[in-house]
Amino acid sequence: MSEDKKTLKIEGKEVEFTDEPNLLEVIRKAGMNVPTFCYRPDITQFGACRMCVVEVKYPNGRVMVNSSCTMPPEAGIDVSINSKRVRKIRKTVLELLLANHDRECTTCEKSGKCELQKYAEEYGVSTIKYPTLDKKEMLPVDCSSPSLVRDPNKCILCGACVRACQEYQGHAVLGFANRGSRTLVQPMCGKDLADVDCVYCGQCKAVCPTGAITVKNEVDKVWDEINNPEKKVVIQAAPSVRVALGEMFGLSAGENVIGKMYAAARRIGFDLIFDTNFGADLTIMEEATEFLGRLKEGKNLPLFTSCCPAWVRYLETQHPEMLAHLSTCRSPMSMLSPVLKKLLPQNFEGYTRENTVVVAIMPCTAKKAECKRPQFKGDDGIYDTDYVLTTEEFGQMIKSAGIDFKNIEAEECDSPYGQYTGAGTIFGASGGVAEAAARTAYYFVTGENIANNDILEFRGVDKHSRSKLIELDIKGTKVKIKVVSTLVEAEMAIQEIQDGRADYQLLEVMACPGGCVNGGGQPISCDDITIREQRADGLYKEDAKDLQFRRSHENPDIVKLYDEYLEKPNSHKSHELLHTTYDDKFKGSYKDVTK
Amino acid sequence: MELTIDINKEQELAQEQIKAQGFRVLVCGGTGCVANGSEKVMAKFRELGANVSTLTSHDKMTVVPTGCHGFCEQGVLVILPDQHTTYVKVKVEDVEEIFNSHIIGGQPVERLLYTDPATKQHVKKNDDINFYAKQTRTALENCGHINAESLDEAIAVHGYEALSNILRENNPDAVIQEILDSGLRGRGGAGFPTGLKWKFTAANKGGKSYVVCNGDEGDPGAFMDRSVMEGDPHKLLEGMAIAAFAIGADEGYIYVRAEYPLAIKRLRKAIKDAEERHYLGKNIMGTEFSFELHIKEGAGAFVCGEESALIASIEGERGMPRPKPPFPANKGLFGRPTLINNVETLANIPVIMRKGAKWFSSMGTETSKGTKTFALTGEVNNTGLIEVPMGTTLREIIFDIGGGIRNGKKFKAVQIGGPSGGCLTEEHLDLPMDYESLTKAGAMVGSGGLVVMAEDTCMVEVARFFMNFTKNESCGKCVPCREGTKNMLKILEKIVQGKGELKDLEILEDLANTVKDGSLCGLGKTAPNPVLSTLKYFKDEYIAHIVDKKCPAGVCTALKTISIDADKCKGCTKCARTCPVGAIEGTVKNPHHIDQSKCIKCEACLNSCPFKAISKA
Repeated sequence: MSEDKKTLKIEGKEVEFTDEPNLLEVIRKAGMNVPTFCYRPDITQFGACRMCVVEVKYPNGRVMVNSSCTMPPEAGIDVSINSKRVRKIRKTVLELLLANHDRECTTCEKSGKCELQKYAEEYGVSTIKYPTLDKKEMLPVDCSSPSLVRDPNKCILCGACVRACQEYQGHAVLGFANRGSRTLVQPMCGKDLADVDCVYCGQCKAVCPTGAITVKNEVDKVWDEINNPEKKVVIQAAPSVRVALGEMFGLSAGENVIGKMYAAARRIGFDLIFDTNFGADLTIMEEATEFLGRLKEGKNLPLFTSCCPAWVRYLETQHPEMLAHLSTCRSPMSMLSPVLKKLLPQNFEGYTRENTVVVAIMPCTAKKAECKRPQFKGDDGIYDTDYVLTTEEFGQMIKSAGIDFKNIEAEECDSPYGQYTGAGTIFGASGGVAEAAARTAYYFVTGENIANNDILEFRGVDKHSRSKLIELDIKGTKVKIKVVSTLVEAEMAIQEIQDGRADYQLLEVMACPGGCVNGGGQPISCDDITIREQRADGLYKEDAKDLQFRRSHENPDIVKLYDEYLEKPNSHKSHELLHTTYDDKFKGSYKDVTK
Repeated sequence: MELTIDINKEQELAQEQIKAQGFRVLVCGGTGCVANGSEKVMAKFRELGANVSTLTSHDKMTVVPTGCHGFCEQGVLVILPDQHTTYVKVKVEDVEEIFNSHIIGGQPVERLLYTDPATKQHVKKNDDINFYAKQTRTALENCGHINAESLDEAIAVHGYEALSNILRENNPDAVIQEILDSGLRGRGGAGFPTGLKWKFTAANKGGKSYVVCNGDEGDPGAFMDRSVMEGDPHKLLEGMAIAAFAIGADEGYIYVRAEYPLAIKRLRKAIKDAEERHYLGKNIMGTEFSFELHIKEGAGAFVCGEESALIASIEGERGMPRPKPPFPANKGLFGRPTLINNVETLANIPVIMRKGAKWFSSMGTETSKGTKTFALTGEVNNTGLIEVPMGTTLREIIFDIGGGIRNGKKFKAVQIGGPSGGCLTEEHLDLPMDYESLTKAGAMVGSGGLVVMAEDTCMVEVARFFMNFTKNESCGKCVPCREGTKNMLKILEKIVQGKGELKDLEILEDLANTVKDGSLCGLGKTAPNPVLSTLKYFKDEYIAHIVDKKCPAGVCTALKTISIDADKCKGCTKCARTCPVGAIEGTVKNPHHIDQSKCIKCEACLNSCPFKAISKA
């Protein structure tokens, strides 16, 4: 990192810069901003929307207009971010986009959060002088995916989704088709999202500035269940939700709002409140045991973590030959749900398997698909998890319920299956699952607790590199663990394993960069990559400071569950409730040329 | 460096070989002449020549398929170089006559000679044909004069001589300096100083670098680059090898659109031949310098002529421009420093290196040196490919080389630089054709398309035509170009259909200026030029369309009225019988009239009337 201080001028103000990748970042650092649709700090700059154009005067007197997101900062230049020329371009771009846009804003999922709407207001676009989109020309909306809705009529072709899919997941599910004004963003050959290998991670939705890619909203269905007197509606919320939900109510990123969340859920009308973190502790018990078993047998190593549904689907569709490596453990959500459906009727009055509705609040769009897996449906047709709502959908419920979330008094969750440890909470950050597993595996092997719970090597996976190799010394036994974030990195790990270059025994994969804290279902944060770090910090803080226990095997509710029902990890009963099977989704698919 | 090939000796040998060919009959094998049947003409010549040994001056006759002569309109062209005779519009049936009368009998065939449109005289000597006489050929110097598929013929006319000298001297910086001194500027459109581009790329020497030749010629009607690739492929290869040596590259790509199959075929053969004899490939001429060359066929998207889109296309990505900076000189093909030059630019290199920067810079104007090729098309008598010193005026090109406007019509405008260029008018006829003057006038040199338009051309329709082209060819990446061209086209369509309003002109001009200012790449930045220049010089025509609902040139169908002058009509019924939609009513010997609600304005009646009673307005 260069420490040379250089300066340039922005609207007459002398501004220092060092190693900022582009002029736009310098402008933002200086406390100013220019609008943009296509610039996302985390992905390759594209220069397509032309909203961030600035007028630059060079010391030699040359004046030019260029997109600030693609310009490297240069010492001595004089930048105007609000000149007549650039404002004219921005306003014209807005008018042109709006003319070609389905402007049914009031019924749009993105209304209020839409960047096009925001800039149109800021720039005072009151009339559109160009012929507007003919309703008859509108393209069909793709609702095929269990997680996402793609509305091409709201697409402004900024290409952020295309780049996110390519650069995070290496997957290029979305691409550009046609050219010129006929250009579209769509899956291969115009297929529906459900018919291609989309892993439903929702990063395309996370970077979309408009309502072109939105979550498949199921809030109304959940309200219907809540207002159905026949039903008992219970809720569980994933680790990352507690450090992001507050952002929707003016609280800062990373602020842990779990107590407020419990309270809000009660006010909304959920009958019982649980925590997915408990499921995470359960996952650790099962997965650590499975891992040690495989280590002993030396079979199917490295073991792949299986909490991330996008990763599971990726393996099923792209690498079915590697499925044996994948842990048979269900995700924390899908462990807790069957436990609830099985044991609530035993512990709470009025609860039956049939009348219990489990709603999971997740930072993730892929979870919506996960809960519909046939493996997670009983023979009686009852699903373990009935509904998955994203953090954003849950925030919407809280808002519509008229709850003053910012000032609501924190409450406790219900018990049992609510208490959790720090190991469960750090699942939300990339590296957290491995760290949590390491704490318990250490205990399982040695019978002693690890001296230092903070295994810092596991942390910050997204920040500098999305792949980390950690060596752990369990009293003389050396274990190597690889932690990767994004499927691009996961694919490289698979190549490594298949080429025989991998010397590690455990592979943790999170499809979203930085892990679940940055999941596709979280409040929008694509403009600021520090937000996901702040959320992760919030989780690590809860782990270190707020919780009584920091190791899954110490969770009294967990101990009780094994004592009373499950017997021991990887027992027959736990296999029934907590483990799963996988499908080869390549065979017979459109890619399978042998069929 | 030590060379294992003595190019002078090779040259002598090659010249001997040409002499040994005996009587040379050059038949144009460019795309245009091939389409006109030049292959049959060649076959016929060969057939006749095979049996006869009694020729005027030689004991042997060789038929040489050449590249394009440029005078495509007059094809098939046959040149008898020793006799300084050019035959035009030769059909296979004419071959025997040329053979018997001229090749054997020594008597030129008058009727197949070029007829000067002004004097109506046959021109005996090819140097006297105005079309050629006023040209100065550098890039095209050998096109049409050598067998385009023969390495030896290229060597005979100094091919690879410059490369040989450069390798012997082994001073890449001196090469760059020479190009800088020559004042050569990019011939692809923007006119960036070539030497500077080389210098910037050479500054990143060290790792892998590439030389890319942009042969993605996309302007409608332009075929300068194709002619060089088809007619003198070795000159391009030599130019690329010199560039590679200068900037320290060892690999290169020629990006040619797949619509140029003949160019691709000849380039492939040229590369193979040159590699076999060590003029290309590993250890060129026995030195340490290697240069491997590939051909990448493009799918024909206009935007791929933009260098960053072209790079993306070679890499196998969607042909969409990338933001600059970084410039290709720093980060180009596969992320490596890349020199991209256009075909014509590279074809100038060997000549400059052989004859010197001073020679080159003696041609042209203060800021634009050397010569430039243009594809002269439209309403001129002589259409074709020309090369003139920069700074030549439009008047010289259109009236001297082009032989003036066809059918005695009046000159109206000339569209320069294709869809990215602008329209210039009579007042610009004496404008020197150089980069600065043209840009100042609202046009651009572009790759060199010159479409001459006569008085009966509707300028609004011209603007609509080009906007339709750019709208279709926009890659769709940036908003101003993608949406802007679409909306400009909508407005222009409205106007030519007679539905325009005055406020549309304001919106159009405003949008055109913003698209020009705000677009990502050169395509968008120049797409509004045809609109802006026609608005500037022909605003009255726009107003006539909008206010008077009239197309002054009588081109726009929707604004045309065809009517019969009752005084002149004799009632012969011919028009009524010609009308395809039955829109003309009338009885024999009584004046007819046109039912305007039925008329589709096809003008069939207009041409059928023996009494000139039908007119359009």
